[in-house]
Amino acid sequence: MAGTLKLEIITPEAVVFSEDVEMVTLPGIEGEMGVFPQHVPLMTQVVPGEIMVRRNGVDSALAVGEGFVEITANRVAIMTDMAIKADDIDEAKAEEARQRAEARLKEKLTEEELAAVNAALLRSIAQLQVKRRHRK
Amino acid sequence: MASTRDLRRRIKSVKGTSQITKAMQMVAASKMRKAQQAALGGRPYANLMNNVMAEVVANAGDFSHPLMQEREVRKRAVVLVSTDKGLCGSLNSNLMREAAKYDTENTVFVAVGRKGSQFLARTKRNLAAEFTYKDVPLFSEARTVVKFVADLFLKEEVDAVDILFTNFVNTLTQKPEVRTLLPVGEVKASVAGVEGEERQAELMRGATEFLFEPSPTQVFSSLLPHYLNFEMYQILLESKASEHSSRMVAMKNATDNARQLIKDLTLDYNKMRQAGITKEILEISSAAMAMG
Repeated sequence: MAGTLKLEIITPEAVVFSEDVEMVTLPGIEGEMGVFPQHVPLMTQVVPGEIMVRRNGVDSALAVGEGFVEITANRVAIMTDMAIKADDIDEAKAEEARQRAEARLKEKLTEEELAAVNAALLRSIAQLQVKRRHRK
Repeated sequence: MASTRDLRRRIKSVKGTSQITKAMQMVAASKMRKAQQAALGGRPYANLMNNVMAEVVANAGDFSHPLMQEREVRKRAVVLVSTDKGLCGSLNSNLMREAAKYDTENTVFVAVGRKGSQFLARTKRNLAAEFTYKDVPLFSEARTVVKFVADLFLKEEVDAVDILFTNFVNTLTQKPEVRTLLPVGEVKASVAGVEGEERQAELMRGATEFLFEPSPTQVFSSLLPHYLNFEMYQILLESKASEHSSRMVAMKNATDNARQLIKDLTLDYNKMRQAGITKEILEISSAAMAMG
Protein backbone atom coordinates (compact mmCIF):
# COMPACT_ATOMS: atom_id res chain seq x y z
CA MET A 1 0.00 0.00 0.00
CA ALA A 2 1.39 3.37 -0.94
CA GLY A 3 0.90 5.06 2.38
CA THR A 4 -2.23 6.63 3.67
CA LEU A 5 -4.29 9.74 3.27
CA LYS A 6 -5.27 12.03 6.08
CA LEU A 7 -8.98 12.52 5.69
CA GLU A 8 -10.59 15.47 7.42
CA ILE A 9 -14.29 16.13 7.27
CA ILE A 10 -15.23 19.40 8.88
CA THR A 11 -18.61 21.00 9.37
CA PRO A 12 -19.33 24.41 10.88
CA GLU A 13 -20.23 22.69 14.16
CA ALA A 14 -17.34 20.31 14.61
CA VAL A 15 -14.61 18.16 13.13
CA VAL A 16 -16.56 15.03 12.22
CA PHE A 17 -13.76 12.87 10.94
CA SER A 18 -10.00 13.14 11.12
CA GLU A 19 -8.10 9.92 10.52
CA ASP A 20 -5.61 8.24 8.24
CA VAL A 21 -7.35 6.19 5.57
CA GLU A 22 -6.39 4.20 2.49
CA MET A 23 -8.99 5.43 0.07
CA VAL A 24 -11.87 7.87 -0.16
CA THR A 25 -14.74 7.91 -2.61
CA LEU A 26 -16.64 11.15 -2.71
CA PRO A 27 -19.52 12.64 -4.67
CA GLY A 28 -17.86 15.36 -6.75
CA ILE A 29 -19.82 17.88 -8.72
CA GLU A 30 -18.80 16.12 -11.92
CA GLY A 31 -19.52 12.63 -10.66
CA GLU A 32 -18.24 10.13 -8.16
CA MET A 33 -14.49 10.17 -7.69
CA GLY A 34 -12.12 7.87 -5.85
CA VAL A 35 -9.02 9.29 -4.23
CA PHE A 36 -5.90 7.31 -3.40
CA PRO A 37 -2.73 8.62 -1.76
CA GLN A 38 -0.43 10.62 -4.02
CA HIS A 39 -3.33 12.22 -5.81
CA VAL A 40 -2.66 15.32 -7.88
CA PRO A 41 -3.57 18.49 -5.94
CA LEU A 42 -7.18 19.16 -6.76
CA MET A 43 -9.90 21.49 -5.62
CA THR A 44 -13.52 20.79 -6.33
CA GLN A 45 -17.04 20.90 -4.97
CA VAL A 46 -18.99 18.07 -3.44
CA VAL A 47 -22.71 17.53 -3.80
CA PRO A 48 -24.99 15.89 -1.23
CA GLY A 49 -24.37 12.16 -1.28
CA GLU A 50 -22.26 9.42 0.13
CA ILE A 51 -18.61 9.29 1.09
CA MET A 52 -16.99 5.86 1.26
CA VAL A 53 -13.91 5.54 3.41
CA ARG A 54 -11.59 2.53 3.37
CA ARG A 55 -9.52 2.11 6.45
CA ASN A 56 -7.52 -1.05 7.23
CA GLY A 57 -9.42 -2.74 4.44
CA VAL A 58 -12.81 -1.99 5.97
CA ASP A 59 -15.26 0.27 4.21
CA SER A 60 -17.47 2.67 6.08
CA ALA A 61 -19.91 5.27 4.81
CA LEU A 62 -20.88 8.81 5.65
CA ALA A 63 -23.63 11.05 4.37
CA VAL A 64 -22.53 14.55 3.43
CA GLY A 65 -24.17 17.76 2.35
CA GLU A 66 -22.82 20.14 -0.23
CA GLY A 67 -19.44 21.72 0.22
CA PHE A 68 -15.88 21.93 -0.99
CA VAL A 69 -12.98 19.54 -1.03
CA GLU A 70 -9.27 20.14 -1.20
CA ILE A 71 -7.06 17.23 -2.17
CA THR A 72 -3.29 17.14 -1.85
CA ALA A 73 -0.87 14.20 -2.11
CA ASN A 74 -1.40 13.04 1.45
CA ARG A 75 -4.46 14.91 2.63
CA VAL A 76 -8.13 15.24 1.77
CA ALA A 77 -9.98 18.06 3.48
CA ILE A 78 -13.72 18.23 3.03
CA MET A 79 -15.74 21.13 4.32
CA THR A 80 -19.43 20.63 4.17
CA ASP A 81 -22.57 21.78 5.89
CA MET A 82 -23.41 18.27 7.06
CA ALA A 83 -21.60 15.01 7.68
CA ILE A 84 -23.04 12.05 9.52
CA LYS A 85 -21.64 8.54 9.86
CA ALA A 86 -23.92 5.87 8.44
CA ASP A 87 -24.35 4.25 11.85
CA ASP A 88 -25.45 7.52 13.42
CA ILE A 89 -28.17 8.36 10.94
CA ASP A 90 -31.61 8.34 12.42
CA GLU A 91 -33.74 7.06 9.60
CA ALA A 92 -37.05 8.17 11.06
CA LYS A 93 -35.75 11.67 11.64
CA ALA A 94 -34.28 11.92 8.15
CA GLU A 95 -37.53 10.69 6.64
CA GLU A 96 -39.47 13.23 8.65
CA ALA A 97 -37.09 16.00 7.56
CA ARG A 98 -37.53 14.96 3.95
CA GLN A 99 -41.30 15.09 4.18
CA ARG A 100 -41.21 18.41 5.95
CA ALA A 101 -38.99 19.86 3.25
CA GLU A 102 -41.20 18.49 0.50
CA ALA A 103 -44.26 19.97 2.13
CA ARG A 104 -42.59 23.34 2.42
CA LEU A 105 -41.64 23.29 -1.24
CA LYS A 106 -45.34 23.46 -2.10
CA GLU A 107 -45.73 26.71 -0.20
CA LYS A 108 -44.88 30.09 -1.59
CA LEU A 109 -41.28 30.81 -0.77
CA THR A 110 -38.83 33.58 -1.42
CA GLU A 111 -35.77 32.72 -3.43
CA GLU A 112 -33.62 32.47 -0.35
CA GLU A 113 -36.02 30.22 1.53
CA LEU A 114 -36.36 28.05 -1.52
CA ALA A 115 -32.60 27.51 -1.67
CA ALA A 116 -32.50 26.64 2.03
CA VAL A 117 -35.38 24.18 1.76
CA ASN A 118 -33.89 22.57 -1.32
CA ALA A 119 -30.59 22.11 0.45
CA ALA A 120 -32.35 20.58 3.45
CA LEU A 121 -34.24 18.24 1.15
CA LEU A 122 -31.08 17.07 -0.59
CA ARG A 123 -29.38 16.55 2.75
CA SER A 124 -32.13 14.35 4.10
CA ILE A 125 -32.30 12.35 0.87
CA ALA A 126 -28.55 11.75 1.04
CA GLN A 127 -28.91 10.49 4.60
CA LEU A 128 -31.70 8.13 3.66
CA GLN A 129 -29.79 6.75 0.69
CA VAL A 130 -26.72 6.02 2.74
CA LYS A 131 -28.73 4.46 5.55
CA ARG A 132 -30.78 2.22 3.31
CA ARG A 133 -27.83 1.00 1.31
CA HIS A 134 -25.93 -0.03 4.38
CA ARG A 135 -28.65 -1.70 6.33
CA LYS A 136 -28.16 -5.33 6.94
CA MET B 1 -24.83 57.72 62.34
CA ALA B 2 -27.18 55.21 60.81
CA SER B 3 -29.63 53.48 63.06
CA THR B 4 -29.90 49.71 63.27
CA ARG B 5 -33.08 49.88 61.27
CA ASP B 6 -31.32 51.68 58.41
CA LEU B 7 -28.58 49.09 58.46
CA ARG B 8 -31.08 46.27 58.41
CA ARG B 9 -32.79 47.79 55.42
CA ARG B 10 -29.53 48.15 53.54
CA ILE B 11 -28.49 44.58 54.21
CA LYS B 12 -31.82 43.40 52.88
CA SER B 13 -31.53 45.43 49.70
CA VAL B 14 -27.96 44.32 49.01
CA LYS B 15 -29.07 40.74 49.55
CA GLY B 16 -31.78 41.20 46.95
CA THR B 17 -29.30 42.60 44.46
CA SER B 18 -26.87 39.76 45.06
CA GLN B 19 -29.63 37.25 44.42
CA ILE B 20 -30.33 38.84 41.07
CA THR B 21 -26.70 38.99 40.02
CA LYS B 22 -26.22 35.42 41.16
CA ALA B 23 -29.12 34.31 39.00
CA MET B 24 -27.76 36.24 36.02
CA GLN B 25 -24.38 34.67 36.59
CA MET B 26 -25.87 31.20 36.48
CA VAL B 27 -27.82 31.93 33.32
CA ALA B 28 -24.78 33.47 31.64
CA ALA B 29 -22.62 30.54 32.69
CA SER B 30 -24.87 28.01 31.04
CA LYS B 31 -25.26 30.10 27.91
CA MET B 32 -21.53 30.72 27.90
CA ARG B 33 -20.77 27.03 27.74
CA LYS B 34 -22.95 26.58 24.69
CA ALA B 35 -21.72 29.72 22.96
CA GLN B 36 -18.07 28.87 23.57
CA GLN B 37 -18.59 25.41 22.21
CA ALA B 38 -20.19 26.79 19.08
CA ALA B 39 -17.42 29.33 18.54
CA LEU B 40 -14.61 26.86 19.10
CA GLY B 41 -16.34 24.20 17.00
CA GLY B 42 -16.55 26.60 14.09
CA ARG B 43 -12.86 27.45 14.10
CA PRO B 44 -11.44 24.41 12.26
CA TYR B 45 -13.96 25.01 9.51
CA ALA B 46 -13.05 28.68 9.33
CA ASN B 47 -9.35 27.88 9.19
CA LEU B 48 -9.79 25.33 6.44
CA MET B 49 -11.98 27.75 4.56
CA ASN B 50 -9.25 30.38 4.77
CA ASN B 51 -6.63 27.93 3.52
CA VAL B 52 -8.77 26.94 0.60
CA MET B 53 -9.58 30.56 -0.17
CA ALA B 54 -5.91 31.50 -0.10
CA GLU B 55 -5.07 28.73 -2.53
CA VAL B 56 -7.94 29.46 -4.84
CA VAL B 57 -7.07 33.12 -4.96
CA ALA B 58 -3.44 32.30 -5.64
CA ASN B 59 -4.40 29.95 -8.46
CA ALA B 60 -7.34 31.73 -9.97
CA GLY B 61 -5.04 33.68 -12.29
CA ASP B 62 -6.47 36.74 -13.95
CA PHE B 63 -9.92 35.87 -12.83
CA SER B 64 -11.41 38.64 -10.81
CA HIS B 65 -14.72 38.98 -9.07
CA PRO B 66 -16.55 42.27 -8.47
CA LEU B 67 -16.22 41.60 -4.74
CA MET B 68 -12.43 41.52 -5.06
CA GLN B 69 -12.11 44.84 -6.78
CA GLU B 70 -9.70 47.07 -4.91
CA ARG B 71 -10.46 50.75 -5.10
CA GLU B 72 -9.05 53.78 -3.48
CA VAL B 73 -10.80 53.94 -0.13
CA ARG B 74 -12.80 57.12 0.06
CA LYS B 75 -15.75 55.79 1.96
CA ARG B 76 -15.69 52.90 4.34
CA ALA B 77 -18.42 50.80 5.90
CA VAL B 78 -17.93 49.41 9.35
CA VAL B 79 -20.00 46.55 10.67
CA LEU B 80 -20.16 47.00 14.41
CA VAL B 81 -21.02 43.74 16.13
CA SER B 82 -22.09 44.52 19.69
CA THR B 83 -24.49 42.95 22.15
CA ASP B 84 -28.20 43.51 22.63
CA LYS B 85 -28.08 43.79 26.38
CA GLY B 86 -25.79 45.50 28.81
CA LEU B 87 -24.38 44.28 32.10
CA CYS B 88 -21.50 42.52 30.46
CA GLY B 89 -18.51 44.34 31.85
CA SER B 90 -16.35 46.51 29.67
CA LEU B 91 -17.10 44.54 26.51
CA ASN B 92 -19.23 47.14 24.78
CA SER B 93 -17.30 50.19 25.96
CA ASN B 94 -14.10 48.64 24.59
CA LEU B 95 -15.84 48.12 21.28
CA MET B 96 -17.21 51.65 21.21
CA ARG B 97 -13.79 53.07 21.89
CA GLU B 98 -12.54 51.31 18.76
CA ALA B 99 -15.56 52.45 16.81
CA ALA B 100 -14.96 56.08 17.82
CA LYS B 101 -11.57 55.95 16.09
CA TYR B 102 -13.15 55.94 12.64
CA ASP B 103 -13.70 59.39 11.27
CA THR B 104 -17.29 60.50 11.22
CA GLU B 105 -17.38 61.95 7.71
CA ASN B 106 -16.36 59.07 5.51
CA THR B 107 -17.63 56.13 7.46
CA VAL B 108 -21.03 54.54 7.41
CA PHE B 109 -21.83 52.17 10.20
CA VAL B 110 -23.87 49.01 10.09
CA ALA B 111 -24.92 48.05 13.59
CA VAL B 112 -25.43 44.44 14.54
CA GLY B 113 -26.83 44.32 18.06
CA ARG B 114 -28.75 47.02 19.86
CA LYS B 115 -26.01 48.49 22.06
CA GLY B 116 -24.01 49.42 19.00
CA SER B 117 -26.86 51.22 17.30
CA GLN B 118 -27.64 53.12 20.50
CA PHE B 119 -24.06 54.30 20.70
CA LEU B 120 -24.00 55.34 17.06
CA ALA B 121 -27.25 57.25 17.42
CA ARG B 122 -25.99 58.98 20.54
CA THR B 123 -22.75 60.09 18.91
CA LYS B 124 -24.58 61.02 15.68
CA ARG B 125 -22.69 58.83 13.25
CA ASN B 126 -23.97 57.69 9.91
CA LEU B 127 -25.98 54.61 10.57
CA ALA B 128 -26.83 52.77 7.37
CA ALA B 129 -28.66 49.82 8.81
CA GLU B 130 -29.37 47.97 11.96
CA PHE B 131 -29.51 44.21 12.36
CA THR B 132 -30.12 41.95 15.30
CA TYR B 133 -28.96 38.48 16.04
CA LYS B 134 -30.36 35.89 18.36
CA ASP B 135 -28.78 34.25 21.36
CA VAL B 136 -27.92 31.35 19.12
CA PRO B 137 -26.82 33.13 15.94
CA LEU B 138 -28.41 31.78 12.79
CA PHE B 139 -26.64 31.39 9.51
CA SER B 140 -29.42 33.32 7.81
CA GLU B 141 -28.77 36.31 10.07
CA ALA B 142 -25.16 36.39 8.96
CA ARG B 143 -26.31 36.09 5.37
CA THR B 144 -28.58 39.13 5.54
CA VAL B 145 -25.80 41.28 6.92
CA VAL B 146 -23.35 40.14 4.27
CA LYS B 147 -25.92 40.69 1.56
CA PHE B 148 -26.48 44.25 2.70
CA VAL B 149 -22.82 45.25 2.87
CA ALA B 150 -21.98 43.42 -0.34
CA ASP B 151 -24.70 45.45 -2.04
CA LEU B 152 -23.21 48.66 -0.70
CA PHE B 153 -19.82 47.59 -1.97
CA LEU B 154 -21.03 46.54 -5.40
CA LYS B 155 -22.93 49.78 -5.86
CA GLU B 156 -19.68 51.57 -5.08
CA GLU B 157 -21.27 53.41 -2.21
CA VAL B 158 -18.40 52.23 -0.08
CA ASP B 159 -14.92 51.11 -1.11
CA ALA B 160 -14.12 48.84 1.80
CA VAL B 161 -15.98 47.00 4.50
CA ASP B 162 -14.50 46.41 7.93
CA ILE B 163 -15.94 44.37 10.72
CA LEU B 164 -15.44 45.43 14.30
CA PHE B 165 -16.23 42.69 16.78
CA THR B 166 -15.08 41.10 20.00
CA ASN B 167 -12.88 38.10 19.45
CA PHE B 168 -13.18 35.38 22.02
CA VAL B 169 -9.81 34.43 23.49
CA ASN B 170 -10.88 32.71 26.69
CA THR B 171 -13.39 33.16 29.46
CA LEU B 172 -11.42 35.99 31.03
CA THR B 173 -10.14 37.71 27.90
CA GLN B 174 -12.07 39.10 24.97
CA LYS B 175 -10.42 41.40 22.53
CA PRO B 176 -12.01 43.94 20.22
CA GLU B 177 -10.74 43.29 16.70
CA VAL B 178 -11.06 44.73 13.24
CA ARG B 179 -11.19 42.55 10.17
CA THR B 180 -11.52 43.55 6.56
CA LEU B 181 -14.40 41.77 4.88
CA LEU B 182 -14.35 43.43 1.47
CA PRO B 183 -12.61 43.61 -0.93
CA VAL B 184 -11.77 39.97 -0.57
CA GLY B 185 -8.15 40.13 -1.69
CA GLU B 186 -7.08 41.85 1.50
CA VAL B 187 -8.75 39.34 3.76
CA LYS B 188 -6.55 36.53 2.64
CA ALA B 189 -3.45 38.15 4.05
CA SER B 190 -4.96 39.25 7.34
CA VAL B 191 -6.68 36.02 8.21
CA ALA B 192 -3.80 33.82 7.17
CA GLY B 193 -1.69 35.44 9.85
CA VAL B 194 -3.62 34.16 12.84
CA GLU B 195 -0.50 32.31 13.89
CA GLY B 196 2.93 32.72 12.40
CA GLU B 197 3.42 29.03 11.86
CA GLU B 198 0.24 28.62 9.94
CA ARG B 199 1.11 31.40 7.59
CA GLN B 200 4.37 29.67 6.67
CA ALA B 201 2.63 26.43 5.86
CA GLU B 202 0.08 28.29 3.83
CA LEU B 203 2.58 30.09 1.69
CA MET B 204 4.32 26.81 0.97
CA ARG B 205 1.15 25.13 -0.08
CA GLY B 206 0.10 28.11 -2.11
CA ALA B 207 3.09 27.41 -4.31
CA THR B 208 1.80 24.02 -5.49
CA GLU B 209 -0.32 23.99 -8.58
CA PHE B 210 -3.89 22.97 -8.01
CA LEU B 211 -6.22 21.44 -10.51
CA PHE B 212 -9.75 22.73 -10.38
CA GLU B 213 -12.86 20.88 -11.23
CA PRO B 214 -14.87 22.03 -13.13
CA SER B 215 -12.85 25.29 -13.40
CA PRO B 216 -11.17 27.80 -11.09
CA THR B 217 -13.74 30.44 -11.86
CA GLN B 218 -16.66 28.17 -11.10
CA VAL B 219 -15.23 26.87 -7.87
CA PHE B 220 -14.36 30.38 -6.96
CA SER B 221 -17.70 31.96 -7.66
CA SER B 222 -19.49 29.43 -5.49
CA LEU B 223 -16.86 29.55 -2.78
CA LEU B 224 -16.73 33.31 -2.45
CA PRO B 225 -20.25 34.05 -1.20
CA HIS B 226 -20.09 31.05 1.07
CA TYR B 227 -16.79 32.26 2.43
CA LEU B 228 -18.17 35.70 3.24
CA ASN B 229 -21.29 34.31 4.86
CA PHE B 230 -19.32 31.93 6.93
CA GLU B 231 -16.81 34.53 7.99
CA MET B 232 -19.66 36.67 9.23
CA TYR B 233 -21.32 33.73 10.95
CA GLN B 234 -18.14 32.82 12.76
CA ILE B 235 -17.79 36.42 13.89
CA LEU B 236 -21.30 36.35 15.32
CA LEU B 237 -20.45 33.16 17.18
CA GLU B 238 -17.27 34.67 18.57
CA SER B 239 -19.13 37.78 19.67
CA LYS B 240 -21.78 35.76 21.43
CA ALA B 241 -19.21 33.64 23.21
CA SER B 242 -17.44 36.84 24.29
CA GLU B 243 -20.66 38.42 25.47
CA HIS B 244 -21.72 35.55 27.68
CA SER B 245 -18.23 35.02 29.07
CA SER B 246 -17.88 38.69 29.85
CA ARG B 247 -21.29 38.82 31.48
CA MET B 248 -20.60 35.74 33.53
CA VAL B 249 -17.40 37.26 34.87
CA ALA B 250 -19.01 40.64 35.51
CA MET B 251 -21.90 39.08 37.38
CA LYS B 252 -19.59 36.87 39.39
CA ASN B 253 -17.66 39.94 40.48
CA ALA B 254 -20.89 41.72 41.36
CA THR B 255 -22.07 38.78 43.44
CA ASP B 256 -18.74 38.57 45.24
CA ASN B 257 -18.79 42.30 45.98
CA ALA B 258 -22.33 42.09 47.30
CA ARG B 259 -21.33 39.22 49.58
CA GLN B 260 -18.45 41.24 50.98
CA LEU B 261 -20.70 44.23 51.49
CA ILE B 262 -23.27 42.13 53.33
CA LYS B 263 -20.53 40.76 55.54
CA ASP B 264 -19.27 44.24 56.43
CA LEU B 265 -22.74 45.61 57.03
CA THR B 266 -23.71 42.66 59.19
CA LEU B 267 -20.61 43.22 61.31
CA ASP B 268 -21.52 46.88 61.77
CA TYR B 269 -25.07 45.95 62.56
CA ASN B 270 -24.06 43.41 65.21
CA LYS B 271 -21.63 45.86 66.79
CA MET B 272 -24.34 48.45 67.03
CA ARG B 273 -26.82 45.97 68.40
CA GLN B 274 -24.37 44.85 71.03
CA ALA B 275 -23.58 48.43 71.99
CA GLY B 276 -27.32 49.01 72.42
CA ILE B 277 -27.72 45.97 74.67
CA THR B 278 -24.71 46.93 76.78
CA LYS B 279 -26.11 50.40 77.20
CA GLU B 280 -29.48 49.02 78.31
CA ILE B 281 -27.91 46.68 80.86
CA LEU B 282 -25.86 49.57 82.16
CA GLU B 283 -28.97 51.68 82.51
CA ILE B 284 -30.91 48.94 84.29
CA SER B 285 -28.10 48.07 86.67
CA SER B 286 -27.39 51.70 87.52
CA ALA B 287 -31.10 52.28 88.13
CA ALA B 288 -31.20 49.21 90.41
CA MET B 289 -28.20 50.52 92.27
CA ALA B 290 -29.82 53.93 92.73
CA MET B 291 -33.00 52.25 94.05
CA GLY B 292 -31.07 49.93 96.35
